[in-house]
Amino acid sequence: MTAARPLLRHIWVVFLLLAAVAPWIVSPYELSLLGRFLALSILALGLVLVWGEAGILTLGQGVFFGLGGYVLAMHLKLAALTPGEIPDFMTWSGRSELPWWWQPFTSPSVALAAVIVVPGVCAALFAWAVFRRRVVGVYFALITQALALCFATLLVSQQESTGGFNGLTDFSTLLGFDFAAKGTVWTLYWITVAFVTLAFLGLRWLMRSRFGTMLRATRDGENRVRFLGHNPTPYKVVAFTISAMLAGIGGALFTLHAGVVSPALVGVVPSIEMVIWVAVGGRGSLWGAIAGTLLVNFAKDEISSALPDAWLYVLGLVFILVVTLMPRGVAGVIEDAFRRLRPGSPGGKVAAVTSPAGGAL
Amino acid sequence: MGELPLIAGQVFNGFSVASLFVLAALGLALSFGLMRVINMAHGEMLMLGGYLAYLVFLAVPGPLAIFVAMPVAFAGAALVGAVLETTVIRRLAARPLDTLLATWGVSLILQQAARNIFGAIGVGVTAPAWLDHTIAITNGPLAGLTIPATRIFIVAVAVAVLGALSLLLARTRIGLLVRAVNQDREMAAASGINVRQVDLAVFCLGAGIAGLAGVVLALLGPVTPNVGQSYIVPAFLVVILGGLGSLVGTMTAAVLAGLVSALSQIFVDVSSSQVLVLLFVVLFLQFRPQGVIAVRSRALDG
Repeated sequence: MTAARPLLRHIWVVFLLLAAVAPWIVSPYELSLLGRFLALSILALGLVLVWGEAGILTLGQGVFFGLGGYVLAMHLKLAALTPGEIPDFMTWSGRSELPWWWQPFTSPSVALAAVIVVPGVCAALFAWAVFRRRVVGVYFALITQALALCFATLLVSQQESTGGFNGLTDFSTLLGFDFAAKGTVWTLYWITVAFVTLAFLGLRWLMRSRFGTMLRATRDGENRVRFLGHNPTPYKVVAFTISAMLAGIGGALFTLHAGVVSPALVGVVPSIEMVIWVAVGGRGSLWGAIAGTLLVNFAKDEISSALPDAWLYVLGLVFILVVTLMPRGVAGVIEDAFRRLRPGSPGGKVAAVTSPAGGAL
Repeated sequence: MGELPLIAGQVFNGFSVASLFVLAALGLALSFGLMRVINMAHGEMLMLGGYLAYLVFLAVPGPLAIFVAMPVAFAGAALVGAVLETTVIRRLAARPLDTLLATWGVSLILQQAARNIFGAIGVGVTAPAWLDHTIAITNGPLAGLTIPATRIFIVAVAVAVLGALSLLLARTRIGLLVRAVNQDREMAAASGINVRQVDLAVFCLGAGIAGLAGVVLALLGPVTPNVGQSYIVPAFLVVILGGLGSLVGTMTAAVLAGLVSALSQIFVDVSSSQVLVLLFVVLFLQFRPQGVIAVRSRALDG
């Protein structure tokens, strides 16, 4: 592996440069898609930490994505109004004043901070309550799925204060910048690229630290970790919280790119789709998660516009095939190929022996 | 209508909701106890049962069509379950979380197939005349209480299925094998039980029960491609609440969840009651992380 590593280790710089010059290369439509999907890949990076590293499968990531998206969207709605006015959908639903929990988001700084703080605090409380009692594995996955269901149903049913099924849309400006202007679109795109890079580097550092080691140890043998005198619960709570914060940032950026946030983006189905992006890319690989997100979403865009009925069949098959045939995703396939290119390297053999066993212990 | 009939009505509603939860959750709980895997396509077994009921009602008119529909739905769902078990679940036996994802893929495919065959709009089944009325109580302290006959029928089906299943598990040879594998898989395999076959049988049985539940669902409302999805998440919660693969636990959990759901609907709307059920489960796990009935096991990583 050591022989293949230097190339893999620095290849991200090439991708970063490509991403940075993309506005000049691709069409505005493609750029808008790329911006959205890169925003989604921030969420996917968080899933690598919590699923790939810590072995916690969460089917409720859409909740934190939605929280990040909604708090920013609430600010965008309020920013377009003169003081005392309330958003149009509230008037239609017969509401005459702003709900109290909308009030703080009039301030842009509160809203921007809330993009990280609200998902973070919610995730920390939830994770603490559940992990404290050692609810793990399938149990945890199903509880998070129920969480996603509740969140989406609540958003739809509380139409007069959340915009219901249509969600929040029709934004005009952020901090005074016009969303329609080319400069804003490009800047927003670069900001997204910057966030992806930051999340990538930050997580890479985190996963190589002692913290990452503890997460992997917990994944492979939680009880052994306990026997050695460590308490894995705080590590799991922190990992889950970080991934929720990343999901919140992803949600906010996605909302800015797409110009809409709605329950259709945060419920049970989208939440589990988020997991499949990471599964396709490779659950243990940060660059794999980004690649998987882009791959699945561009494929979805292509296929569902050409053959609308076929997309769900394709997605269903991807779920089955990726999980049964290539559990380490595209990243695993490529890493194996690199290793095979240099059969003589001593590191290659060691890696080949240890890595498949890593998850089975 | 006074307080008492309202509460009694909701309690009865709670039991009928619980009956649906039990029918949907039994198969999940059985195979989860045995194989530690969750079948995300279980909801589509309900859907399949519903569509089979619709087809049977088209083919066999008459008041007793429902008694034809039930075995057909049971067999159809069990058959699909068998295919699913041998092609997907068996391959992933040691990776429960991956099974979850793969079976979700199966669920997507089945839903889309239903959408292509039957259309996105639901198809309906007309309940036979002997089920299509309500029982109204006109005097006594419960005056004003009305109970639809279909709901009584649902409770009866659930009770019958539970009874048959506990007889099967307690009194028959296959039940003995299931209990043996449930208690100690390796030991059972070592003493010559074909555990793979037991897995398959239990999985088919669970899928078949879900198919039955689908027939019952068809009496309540239209059968849509998504009908399974709306019942499956509560069914998952019931499995968690009930404890690892315990029949009594699943039943108790279903009644608890059904009552919380129905009684909370006196005060809040349906969507908030869903949130309350989830909150109830999370709170309950704070006190009893193993669920209602903890199956004793000496294994550390169960």
